[in-house]
Amino acid sequence: MSDLAHVMPGPSPQIILKQVVKNFGATRVIDHLDLSIPAGQKVALIGPSGSGKSTVLRLIKGLEAYQHGSIEVAGAPVPAKAGGWHWPGVKKPPVVHRVGMVFQQFNLFPHLTVQQNVTEAPLQVLKLSREEALERAHQYLGLVGLNHKADAYPAQLSGGQQQRVAIARALAMRPQVMLFDEVTSALDPELVGEVLAVIRAIAHEQQMTMLLVTHEMKFAQDIADRVLFMEAGRIVADGSPNQVLVDPDNERTRRFLNLVEQR
Amino acid sequence: MNFDYAFAWSIVPDLFQGLLVTLQVVILGFLLAVLLGLLLAIAQRSKNPLVQKLSAGYLSFFRHTPLMVQLYVLFFALPLAGLTLPAISTGVIGLGLYYAAYIAEAFRGAIEGVPAGQWEAARALDFDSATTWRRIVLPQALKPMLPVLGNYLIGMFKETPLLAVITIPELFQAAKQIAGMTYRYNEPYTVMALMFLAISVPTSLLFKYFERRSHV
Repeated sequence: MSDLAHVMPGPSPQIILKQVVKNFGATRVIDHLDLSIPAGQKVALIGPSGSGKSTVLRLIKGLEAYQHGSIEVAGAPVPAKAGGWHWPGVKKPPVVHRVGMVFQQFNLFPHLTVQQNVTEAPLQVLKLSREEALERAHQYLGLVGLNHKADAYPAQLSGGQQQRVAIARALAMRPQVMLFDEVTSALDPELVGEVLAVIRAIAHEQQMTMLLVTHEMKFAQDIADRVLFMEAGRIVADGSPNQVLVDPDNERTRRFLNLVEQR
Repeated sequence: MNFDYAFAWSIVPDLFQGLLVTLQVVILGFLLAVLLGLLLAIAQRSKNPLVQKLSAGYLSFFRHTPLMVQLYVLFFALPLAGLTLPAISTGVIGLGLYYAAYIAEAFRGAIEGVPAGQWEAARALDFDSATTWRRIVLPQALKPMLPVLGNYLIGMFKETPLLAVITIPELFQAAKQIAGMTYRYNEPYTVMALMFLAISVPTSLLFKYFERRSHV
């Protein structure tokens, strides 16, 4: 515990972005963004496409470089130069495995079975024993309801099932923060429900911080403690689901929500 | 055309000795070519521009000069610079260096065929780069590589008569010697061709089998 803990109002934020700027070539996709998220909060990011929602998640995971500002996750800085690839054997700052991410396109490893997809990172990265890794796979595949598919290959699963495996794969690393990047956007409509149900269950059961980029407004309203509305690389509305989604005082948010409802 | 079966049968052991030398050079050369080709392909993706340029330069040099010339340089020119290697080692190195350039190109294409999402998923799970290559990218790149590797292996095997120019006693050299000494040409060259076939065809089938069996 730090000495400051008793004077701070509540726990210190787990994710802190300060004045972050990110350019793709000449285009500014994130524009001096400030964001602070306390541990355990469930945050939905909404907004028109191209507004920078996914980029925020990718920045927090360290998948993107940024040009200005600073990012901190659970007290450790996320370097401005993305990647952090090192030659084996070269000393590097220890990676603490605190952030898990689920992608729109699932990105399961096609040459591995469902079970191997889930055990691979605990074995290779956390260096768990085979028994421990299998136990975790069983636990998290159970959580997403897919233990009976443990020996299947990803190509033999539906999109919804693949996405649930991807969620189990990320959870098996026991992250403190989970990032969900439009995880239902690539799914057929009839498969969306099963994935949302899994995320809903995780949100209710687990203490971890969650950030979700989503176009499912009803879902965001159900599970989020807080909704951020982004436009042109900035957060233009930030509040409870009621404030942002039900009774938006921001004109642009209102217009966006009307558009979404008309779909 | 006369074909003396008894004579053909009698030269099989000598030709077989040549075949063993050929196989030895091809197998070792192929291993060298695959390993070096893989390293060159990985170097092509390096973020270090010097490593990338060196690899590109290597590919350009070895693909734009004839194998025969490279063999001559290795065998006749390097000893002048004080570096003398046995003929068979020279053959292994010569074939290996040459084919590495082609195999590297094929590997590069196969590696580029692995979707970007696979790299990102590996990074999202905090894999280091060595683990990402070993466990995620290369296993997926190998599947489209199998038929290509099979073709290069057989191509390499069929290229071995060139090694006669650097005095390696391989199969073609053995057949030529028998022909030269006995003035009989049908038998040695026919038996030689059959031996080439007897290796090439099963190898080709074997790679087809690997390809069918591998997942992804």
